[in-house]
Amino acid sequence: MATVSVPGERRSWLVRRPRSTTGFWSWVTTVDHKRIGILYGITAFAFFVVGGSEALLLRLQLAQPEQEVVSAAVYNELFTMHGVTMVFLVVMPLSAAFFNYLIPLMIGARDVAFPRLNAYSYWAFLFGGVFIYSSFFLGGAPNGGWFGYAPNSVLDPTRGMTFYSLGLIITGIASTVSAINLAVTVINMRAPGMTLFRMPVFVWMGLVVQLLLAFSLPIITVGLTELFFDRRFHTHFFDPAAGGDPLLWQHLFWLFGHPEVYILILPAMGIVSEVLPVFARKPLFGYQFVVFSGIAIGFIGFGVWAHHMFATGLGPVANTAFGISTMIIAVPTGVKIFNWLGTLWRGDIRFATPMLFALGFIAMFVIGGLSGVTHAVVPHDYQQTDTYYIVAHFHYVLFGGAIFGLFAGIYYWWPKVFGRFLNERIGRINFWIMLIGFNLTFGPMHILGLQGMPRRIHSYPASLGLGFWNLVATAGAFLIALSVLVFLVNAVASFRRPAEMAADPWDARTLEWLTTSPPPEHNFDEIPVVHSLDELWHRKYAETRGGRVVPVPAGGAGDEHEAVADDSAGHGAGHAIHMPSPSYWPVVAALGLPIIAYGLIFNMWLVGLGVVVVLVGFYGWILEPSAE
Amino acid sequence: MAQLGRSMDVHVVESEHERTSTGLPHLKLAMWLFLASDCLLFGALISTYVLYRGASRVGPYPAEVFDIPYTSVSSFVLLASSLTMVLALAAIQRGDQGQLRVWLLATAMLGTTFVGGQVFEFTTFADEGLTLTTNLFSTTFYVLTGFHGTHVVVGILMLLTVLALSFAGRLPPERAMTVELVGLYWHFVDIVWIVIFTVVYLIPTGTPGGAQ
Repeated sequence: MATVSVPGERRSWLVRRPRSTTGFWSWVTTVDHKRIGILYGITAFAFFVVGGSEALLLRLQLAQPEQEVVSAAVYNELFTMHGVTMVFLVVMPLSAAFFNYLIPLMIGARDVAFPRLNAYSYWAFLFGGVFIYSSFFLGGAPNGGWFGYAPNSVLDPTRGMTFYSLGLIITGIASTVSAINLAVTVINMRAPGMTLFRMPVFVWMGLVVQLLLAFSLPIITVGLTELFFDRRFHTHFFDPAAGGDPLLWQHLFWLFGHPEVYILILPAMGIVSEVLPVFARKPLFGYQFVVFSGIAIGFIGFGVWAHHMFATGLGPVANTAFGISTMIIAVPTGVKIFNWLGTLWRGDIRFATPMLFALGFIAMFVIGGLSGVTHAVVPHDYQQTDTYYIVAHFHYVLFGGAIFGLFAGIYYWWPKVFGRFLNERIGRINFWIMLIGFNLTFGPMHILGLQGMPRRIHSYPASLGLGFWNLVATAGAFLIALSVLVFLVNAVASFRRPAEMAADPWDARTLEWLTTSPPPEHNFDEIPVVHSLDELWHRKYAETRGGRVVPVPAGGAGDEHEAVADDSAGHGAGHAIHMPSPSYWPVVAALGLPIIAYGLIFNMWLVGLGVVVVLVGFYGWILEPSAE
Repeated sequence: MAQLGRSMDVHVVESEHERTSTGLPHLKLAMWLFLASDCLLFGALISTYVLYRGASRVGPYPAEVFDIPYTSVSSFVLLASSLTMVLALAAIQRGDQGQLRVWLLATAMLGTTFVGGQVFEFTTFADEGLTLTTNLFSTTFYVLTGFHGTHVVVGILMLLTVLALSFAGRLPPERAMTVELVGLYWHFVDIVWIVIFTVVYLIPTGTPGGAQ
């Protein structure tokens, strides 16, 4: 810490930059990518608990036929908010948490390209999420499904879908800003020698995801704007009576929505690609194949959206074309599965908790991927559209895939972030309960769907004979809840131990394990010079002529670095590393967004106030003294 | 140890001069990415307009309200502002603060003229019975051109901010990139207008009755 310079004393006619480094205000004003990553993680996990509780209520309602645990109107709000929450307020920000925390560390940088913009993204996301949830108290929550199909979403008499449109525009702004910021970071801030093809796969997937976000979010922003105008100002974008076409909404939504699917799953794929080599003690099999598959998924992901719309009557030509492109995108995805299996093949496998979750990811994702391919077959899709088979499919990819992958990441990087291990035994219990609970919940939904149970129904008659599997699914859902509880216990318990963690407890391969755990504010005392893929591994091990792997003897590159780290406090005083100072303005500028949004719903004067707040935020931002 | 200390010095100096992996400054790369992203925004809006071209069930129809010569002049004004923007950038690169201020102000004024023209056009249309909710044409037309107008207003704000920074003495020639970035945004907004003007105004739309 001694190497971090104190912000300059230069005074300005504006307030000076905040200087607290501990306590509440230090977190509000922080621009440190690691702290922002932690904030993203905690917030997303809080929303995970909320969205999960909504799911439990849904499952309680469906546990038996003809129940009335919640009313049909509340049920609509619950399944809509469950989907909106899990997609926009859990998986996306939880992935953002990992990207924020890890990308600079993995590429050997001190921070992201625009630290204050990074803080702005977080606060805009938080305020957007709170804005959407405030709808429960201000005239009804969104109730038109997470994809808000017109004209139902336009005609609904409650305010819910207005909150939906504006709230998602706010979180979209947050994600777009963050995407540009992180993409510039990856493209422009790599350590010397860190060429693109020496970047960890997780960073590669990060780059692809940021570009997907930057190019898909504007499309949904336009769709949401049109929805908002239709609802608030009675325009005719999706109004069939005036000649408008409700299908336009579906096109705009899914042209964003399908890249979004990859936005949700690629981060988990990146995490798994980091975890497997470490715990199989082998390099990732076919690194370039995995990277190029990720890029291919990114490109093809923009060309498959209409497979969500086969049943809308697009005609045989469009249906065939999108059926084929959907089958094609399964190829690079399948390639990755084989790469991961190849990584495990004859590896020296350690079944630590991160590895268990990574293996769970592969198994569950294969099931979800295969049921996904069945939807590419158009006649089959006609049969499955809007049944529980679809619900089963996307939960296998988004929970069995994304959430399992993210949990692998949580267990793997926890020691780096907090300097403490999560308990291994509790971790294993967590994994097995979650795996069993997950399959009990969503496995039966395949059967329910094939039996014709439609999704989004509030209840079902006993005579249909759907009661048994629904009861099983409900029991499974509570097992999942139990596993999340076990994780929370594990997380809290980990803080009872002192933070004494070696820099590299897992014997890992990438640069974030080169620095201390947790890393200092400036990440690296000395920016590492990169010579190869898996740089850290090559600093620790060498191959003999016979192909045997041997540790590099003491005095090798790795040890030398540790000596530097130990001594940093001593000689650092003379070599100040300038880190960006904290700032109030990102919070202020972000706070203006929900004010504008409330104004658009309730009172146009509030819009003016919100615009003023945004402008004050940005001008304060431009004019505040720089740290240096 | 001394050697390590020296190499550390080197990196600190490098980071202060923002030596980037691609050689492009962060801000310029970010601006290009933002503009690329913004292309999709206008792409979706223009697609909506094109999809609903000629689909209005009731009038007034485009051909009945458009005043092409009038909008051509205001388009010319906006395009001329790209020239003054270039001159502003050239001025700061020469270190000529006086010329910089003249051309920044000229660009902002031309932009304001364009927005003023748009406001006048909107009010004229409204007087002729074409409001936001009249028909599909009005809905798509006002939202598309309104989005573009908002972009121009943001650009004017940026120009005036840069102008104020120059008067405050906070825009030395080393910070010419600030002007360049505003310029990138400004040119982008101009180019988008060329597309909108062509698609919306110049390509004629038939009315459902067949009358042109």
